[in-house]
Amino acid sequence: MKTVSFTIDDRKVTAHAGTTILNAASKAGIDIPHLCFDPRVEAIGACRMCVVKVQGARGLVTSCTTTVAEGMKVVTEDHEIALRRKHVLELMLSEHCSTCMGCDKSGACRLQDYAYRYGADQDRFGVVLAQAPMRNFTTLNKGILFAADKCIKCGLCVKYCESVQMAEALTFAWRANRTEVTTPFDEDLHLTSCETCGGCIRVCPVGAMLDKNAVGKGRDSDLTRVKTICPYCGVGCQMDLLVDKQRNRIVRATSTPDAPINGGNLCVKGHFGVDYVSSPERLTHPLIRTADGFRQATWDEAITYVGDRLRAIRDQHGPDALAFVSSARTPNEENYLVQKLARTAGATNNVDNCATSCHAPTVAGLAAAFGSGAMTNSVSEIKDCKVMFLIGANPTAAHPIIGLEMKRALRSGAKLIVCDPRKTWLAKRAHIHIQHRPGSDNMLINAMLRCILDEDLADKQFIASRCEGFDEFEANLEGITVEAAATYCGVDAGLIRAAARLYATGKPSAIYYTLGITEHSCGTDNVKNIANLAMLTGQIGKWASGVNPLRGQNNVQGACDMGAMANKLPGYQDWSDPAVRAKFEKAWGVPLPQNKGSKVPLFIAAAGRGELKALYIVGEDLVATEPNQTQVIEDLGNLELLVCQEIFMSETAKQAHVILPSACWAEKDGTFSASERRMQLIRKAVDPPGEAKPDWEILCLVATAMGYPMHYDHPSQIFDELVSLSPMFGGMSHERIGETGLQWPCPTPDHPGTQFLHEGRFTRGKGRFHAITFQPQKEEPCGEYPLILSTGRTLYNYNCGNMTRKAEVINQRDPGNFVEIHPDTAARYGIAQDEKITVRTRRGTVTGLARVGERVRPDLIWMPFHFIEEPTNNVTIDEFDPVTATAEYKCCAAQIEKL
Amino acid sequence: MNEVITILEHQGTGRDACVKVLQEIQGVFGYLPAEALRYVADHSQITKRQIYGVATFYELFRFKPPGRHQVKVCRGTACHVRGAPQILDAVAEELNLHGSEDTTEDGEFTFEKIACFGACALAPVTVTDGQTHGAMTPDKMRKQLKAILKKARAGKQEDPS
Repeated sequence: MKTVSFTIDDRKVTAHAGTTILNAASKAGIDIPHLCFDPRVEAIGACRMCVVKVQGARGLVTSCTTTVAEGMKVVTEDHEIALRRKHVLELMLSEHCSTCMGCDKSGACRLQDYAYRYGADQDRFGVVLAQAPMRNFTTLNKGILFAADKCIKCGLCVKYCESVQMAEALTFAWRANRTEVTTPFDEDLHLTSCETCGGCIRVCPVGAMLDKNAVGKGRDSDLTRVKTICPYCGVGCQMDLLVDKQRNRIVRATSTPDAPINGGNLCVKGHFGVDYVSSPERLTHPLIRTADGFRQATWDEAITYVGDRLRAIRDQHGPDALAFVSSARTPNEENYLVQKLARTAGATNNVDNCATSCHAPTVAGLAAAFGSGAMTNSVSEIKDCKVMFLIGANPTAAHPIIGLEMKRALRSGAKLIVCDPRKTWLAKRAHIHIQHRPGSDNMLINAMLRCILDEDLADKQFIASRCEGFDEFEANLEGITVEAAATYCGVDAGLIRAAARLYATGKPSAIYYTLGITEHSCGTDNVKNIANLAMLTGQIGKWASGVNPLRGQNNVQGACDMGAMANKLPGYQDWSDPAVRAKFEKAWGVPLPQNKGSKVPLFIAAAGRGELKALYIVGEDLVATEPNQTQVIEDLGNLELLVCQEIFMSETAKQAHVILPSACWAEKDGTFSASERRMQLIRKAVDPPGEAKPDWEILCLVATAMGYPMHYDHPSQIFDELVSLSPMFGGMSHERIGETGLQWPCPTPDHPGTQFLHEGRFTRGKGRFHAITFQPQKEEPCGEYPLILSTGRTLYNYNCGNMTRKAEVINQRDPGNFVEIHPDTAARYGIAQDEKITVRTRRGTVTGLARVGERVRPDLIWMPFHFIEEPTNNVTIDEFDPVTATAEYKCCAAQIEKL
Repeated sequence: MNEVITILEHQGTGRDACVKVLQEIQGVFGYLPAEALRYVADHSQITKRQIYGVATFYELFRFKPPGRHQVKVCRGTACHVRGAPQILDAVAEELNLHGSEDTTEDGEFTFEKIACFGACALAPVTVTDGQTHGAMTPDKMRKQLKAILKKARAGKQEDPS
């Protein structure tokens, strides 16, 4: 990139051509005052605070919109500029309610700072402010408060909402001194297209947009700022918790533009979803089951009971009688300990985590094709994609900050292909939307592969030099025609061809997928076929080009990385390898177990058959999240011992014999692995409630009680042990991870981490093509159950809802279960908008409000699974992928009925 | 909605067509009906946010139907010095309009203040239902309004519906 040299305040500075004066100055450590500029938003140039002198230019120029040029001479402040800024501030103050004493923003308000710095006189122009109206668009909002009398009309919130979040819920209305920030037609904000991302609050330079629930609970200077990582999806957004240490409360959450993955953006869950930490429903004491419920117990009693029972069951029934479920919500250190506990004290490989329900096919499929199962690219590369190929992914709802990056790529001209049975936000704006029939993904991908071969768009050189298994793969596609596939998928053959051409010729193209691909009985095949698509076109192993599974939970990547699964030890090491076994046996001081180990749905089934006697679950609500809920409850009821380490009385905890109360994410230190393989530090912000303990401490106590002494002083020691045993993390430590994180593989202390995978060589050597034959879903629609039911996440709620539903803001936007139905289907059944209906499958029934619209195909209904009082998983099918035991949540046959 | 469909066909559905589309809608309906705007937002790249911002920015757009009779009073410099303020007061009083209200409750009159008609030689100038009146006085204005009202009431009595 071209650089230019120039001077700012007589200092020689160089910057990339095209940089603005403000950014160049900021990089050089020179602060130019600004109000309407924020790095997250394209420069507006409205506030006139950032004006500077440029030699030769007429008058003062706004430094936020003027780009640097060779030889430019910039003066950022002199008497004249200071006077101009003072003047501008005085005009603003004439319309600004300056009662700083009662403002939450006091101390962190740029207007206040600059008014002080430039000695602005608030009475210079008299007060021309009209009385703020009693009621505005946020009066009924549960999370956002707009104080019109403090607004300086800088336009940052409007611009953020319009061009970053692209929600278009805020606008300027009227003109001149009547100008105001409002919603279209002054509608209540929660009824508009607002996505409650809180961006308006985060960018407001004054105290006009505020967290309603934090008002009066502390100014910035009263609160302690704790940098940590969001506890929801797998994007890995860095956030700052503002904590009242005295009251032991998180007052509000925010994020700053220097955050490594999210750049200061958050979604509704991150910004508003932390209320659960201080919920009165938190578990505070160990509980032991009695005949009529639970009784409070001491830690000593509970741990002794659990330790004795687990030991007895292990000794009496052998390694396959007990199983451990780790939590993708807890840090790496604790996942490491769960698998260590299982493999040492438990003497079993029966350990698993919730990846089995979601991305296990990714781990299996991509490992088979490439050698490692994670996002091959990083989030920061999305903006440079020329073609984005999304299949079975709805990032603007499930991975909102990755969604924002895709919106950004779209704005800068990237082409978008979306394959999804639903018209999602991105599908509506896609250049090609293939609304294929649920469960027909492999048919669709095979047709694309066929088309790429037919039209000679394959990257032959890449295939020859980097891949193997091509001939068998090619032979498998022999009988396939694009037309026949298009008919089965229910889409136009021309669209499939157009998508294949666009993807194959993109420079570069990248694939993004999530559970629409994996949560099928053919999930692993689906993933392998996606890998085929990337290899066939050579679209992998480059900047902004690769295969990117977006992980669903904050640390599900980490739970897999840590070996909390039956077939792998930490760092994806194979426990059947003698050298690996020897290393771990030496470090852990016990022989490693020999049993094959199993997976969550099979644990449950084994419990049902009476083969599994004890199940130890850390932070997973299997009853709420596994398919065919009635059967799950029945099977778990067979166990001799069910132990739950939990923060809430979940549906699964209700079935437990012993409940051990844990500290949640904000109450301990550790690391999370984001989807892009970045390990990041989480930090303790508040103390846990009552006697709740961090999971790592509980696990140590249990191991010790089982006769395998385990002790650590701090999670960093656990991390160091992990690192010493796993070459792929060999160069990492809590200290090195610091505030920016580190992306694995990172084998040595001087290794900078890996931005994207498979450059020049696949992890497994050569990329492996797989011949994939289309397998239909297990339960086809029929006369009695003519519709296909698919399930997924909304933007607002998260999985079983245990955490998000504690936040009123979220409940206001997403209050209960619903069923998306196509208008034609609704008309056929005589169902009206918002009418309560029943969905029936062979497993049972569930209710929800009808949401009639063209978001779904006429043969599809779609439901979220966040609402335990109307449990969608009561009707989902317990058919599983044969390789990974991942359930087919995305399709089963269903019928709908009026109540 | 046929009119709106035609307008979108004519002006296109891009974001930059917003002002033109709104002008044409107001041309057809006399104001911007909510259903028409909703249709535009649902069937073009023009968003509700943009519509509201643009429609409130420009004085000419209105969200409520105009009255059956239009009364426009000039408040330009020439008219001002020759007594426009008294005429403005007279109209507001006669029509019982307060603050930013511009249309009478019965929908008979819409009252508009105009920056300048450019007919300063006739100051003070008013335009009622398209007819220009020069050298206006408050009394003449009141008489004119009363006459229109009387005619309107008579019309209503004749019409049994």
